[in-house]
Amino acid sequence: MTAMPETTVAARGPVTPRSDSAGAGLPGLRDAVHAEWTKFRTVSSTGWLLLTSVVVTIGASVIASSVVKCGSAASCSADPTKVGLTGVALGQIALAVLAALFVTSEYSTGMIRISLTAVPLRTTMLAAKAIVLTSAALVAGVASVLASVLIGGLLEPGNGFTAANGFRPMTLTHGAVLRAAGGSVLYFGLIALFSLGLATALRDSGLAITVVLGLLLVLPIFGNMILNPHWERRFQRYSPMDAGLAIQVTRNIGKQPIGPWEGLGVLGLWAAAAMLAGWFVLRFRDA
Amino acid sequence: MITTTPTPTPYRSAQRPGPDGFAQLLRAEWTKFRTVRAWAVGLVAAAVLAALATIALAGAASDKGNPGAQNPGAVGPGGEAVTDQFTFVHQALAGNGSITAALTSLTGTVPIPPGAMPQAAVRALQSEGLRPWSKAGLIIRASLKPGSAYAAVMATGAHGVRMQYDYTHDIAGQAGTPSAAAPAWLRLSRSGDTITGYDSADGTHWTKIGTATLAGLPSTVQAGLFVTSPDLFLTSQGFASNNGVQVSTLATAKFNDISRHGAWPAAGWTGSTIGEPTTALQKALCGHPDCIKLAPGSVPNLGGFGVSGGAYTFSGTGDIAPYVPVLDPLGLSFKGTLVGLIAVIALGALFITTEFRRGMMIRTTFAASPRRGRVLVAKALVIGAVTFVAGLIGAAVAFEVAQSKLSANGWVKSVFPIDSLFSAHGLTMVIGTAGVFALAAVLAMAVGALIRRSAGAIAAVIGLIVVPLILATLMPMTIADWLLRLTPAAAFSVQQGTQYYPQVSHVCLPYNGCYPLSPWNGFTVLAVWAVLAVAGAIYVVRRRDT
Repeated sequence: MTAMPETTVAARGPVTPRSDSAGAGLPGLRDAVHAEWTKFRTVSSTGWLLLTSVVVTIGASVIASSVVKCGSAASCSADPTKVGLTGVALGQIALAVLAALFVTSEYSTGMIRISLTAVPLRTTMLAAKAIVLTSAALVAGVASVLASVLIGGLLEPGNGFTAANGFRPMTLTHGAVLRAAGGSVLYFGLIALFSLGLATALRDSGLAITVVLGLLLVLPIFGNMILNPHWERRFQRYSPMDAGLAIQVTRNIGKQPIGPWEGLGVLGLWAAAAMLAGWFVLRFRDA
Repeated sequence: MITTTPTPTPYRSAQRPGPDGFAQLLRAEWTKFRTVRAWAVGLVAAAVLAALATIALAGAASDKGNPGAQNPGAVGPGGEAVTDQFTFVHQALAGNGSITAALTSLTGTVPIPPGAMPQAAVRALQSEGLRPWSKAGLIIRASLKPGSAYAAVMATGAHGVRMQYDYTHDIAGQAGTPSAAAPAWLRLSRSGDTITGYDSADGTHWTKIGTATLAGLPSTVQAGLFVTSPDLFLTSQGFASNNGVQVSTLATAKFNDISRHGAWPAAGWTGSTIGEPTTALQKALCGHPDCIKLAPGSVPNLGGFGVSGGAYTFSGTGDIAPYVPVLDPLGLSFKGTLVGLIAVIALGALFITTEFRRGMMIRTTFAASPRRGRVLVAKALVIGAVTFVAGLIGAAVAFEVAQSKLSANGWVKSVFPIDSLFSAHGLTMVIGTAGVFALAAVLAMAVGALIRRSAGAIAAVIGLIVVPLILATLMPMTIADWLLRLTPAAAFSVQQGTQYYPQVSHVCLPYNGCYPLSPWNGFTVLAVWAVLAVAGAIYVVRRRDT
């Protein structure tokens, strides 16, 4: 990605004030989104991290789809859709890094002062960042989830996930699979917001990514390792990654610790809380 | 610009140049670390959080609903939980004496009750009937009571002739599986408290395998022939289907040319089944509806024996070995140290990436000490040392408190002993965890030097160390096994709380806290990653501007 568009704007001559913002004196959300989008796309790490997220998601999903084998539905509790979307748990890491850097790099370079001079309304700036970032996360998510489902759907029948063995094949025409795929795309969007919110509150890229990945990756391990059924259930219901990935379940939904939409809702609450914390710090603390 | 003034001679300080040895470099890096207050806070937080999270996990570890918190078998002479179940054809030996026999056959089957499993699965299992640690041979025991002191010499399914005593000790003898053409000649000789095992390929040339001293052995002991065969574990793992099927196996042995010396009774042999499996044992060992246990009395000659032409033939099931629990509560609780681990990964990366971010700093560092390699090595030593200390303190506190929490929660000491901090086990866990902290920080520092970005370096190293742990509990066994052998996550094997014995087959599911590599081998895998990363960082930094 290059900074080409700026030069073309500058070559156009004196900039005439735009009518929609001239009267108010303050830029609106449209301008803020435009500014954030320009900052977002002109940094080379954006492209690399989005590409990493997509490649890692598809790669890990394809590997899982080709190695997990099942004899029959009766003897194996594996969920073909969940298997085919394994990569989401890995691809989220690059996306979380991208989201954290989107705000913390402004603090480390001092850019935040220019950003806030241009868009003094903190809420508008944060909302613009959220809109730009979530859109990018959703687009990347659609690409990686669609590819994972299509490739996994071709590979999995060879590993015993066939209708004859009692499995519903992973095709998007099936309602539960569509929910899992669409939900996984939303999952990416919520993870981006979760990371953006915490990073806005913490302001330091190292600290932010450590806290985000700690909450995302270590809590599920605790849920897995704790030798207490009550606490195991609590971890699975309320930790952001376990709850959010409940949306990928298509088999034995009633036996899961949390329902698909309820789980994604829990992640939504985490993301909302993080964004609120970020907004609060941005609004009431000097940059 | 045009100037006419002559070029001035460069300024030279009148002061003598300061020392620039490696010690000065270390001191400079140490000063940089200790003067950033946030890093000191992070280091203390890493130690405190590692200990607190581990203690919290141990405190929550309930013995209820977890099969294996209790000892399902007997307690051995050392106070440890043991499995002591076999078929024994025995006589009372008063005083000193010896017994010799030739084992001419050792075979195994999987006796599955009709209807318990699909026929295809039963057929597939039959080749697994003779377990590598199915055993038959000669044994001298203090009594018939399960858990009593013993010494035995035996042929095994796949590990040749062994001498074993008091459950935990195992010495190798000659190789090979016995057959009619190549019988395994075995001899066990008692003199006071000392029992000596011999083997021979021909019955004339004997080799001593080892000597066992069983303190307090009564003058009259039970001695004779035994057969036993451990359970077969069929495990599969993958996407919340951690299946474990445990099946009893049955070994049948044929003994020829039995001869005795010493004060043996004139009366004949008695056949007994030692350690009949109780319902509690079956439940504790299985804890799964698919568990198939042999019904007592369903096998001919189990608990008895057949004699024909001087050859004794009989069958047995079980094991004479330490009891290895399926779950590892201490090792699982130690995953609490992950909280501290991600903090030291962040510290390791930030220790160098902040210098790149403030471009001035790295240039100053390299101007003061232009040899890039030495700077990176000094940084690695400093960050490694401080994170090692943090890990050592956190893990030592966690080890002490977590064990007592588990014990208070009902995890019995015979299965989950409370080890001293300075026992081999305590030192491995605590120093191992501290070492994992240090190596992870060094790896993060090297990755930070390579990519020069904090967030990217931290995320990459957390991804390398933590993500394999998550995948290892999700993926099928073969993939999980390789993940825990090749990725830096292999090093978590130093946190194994359960002692595994080579002579006992055990179920090794990462989900239960078991790792495929032995503690220090796993640790070496992480060390190789860290060394390669530092080497790569030195190579790249020397070739690159700042």
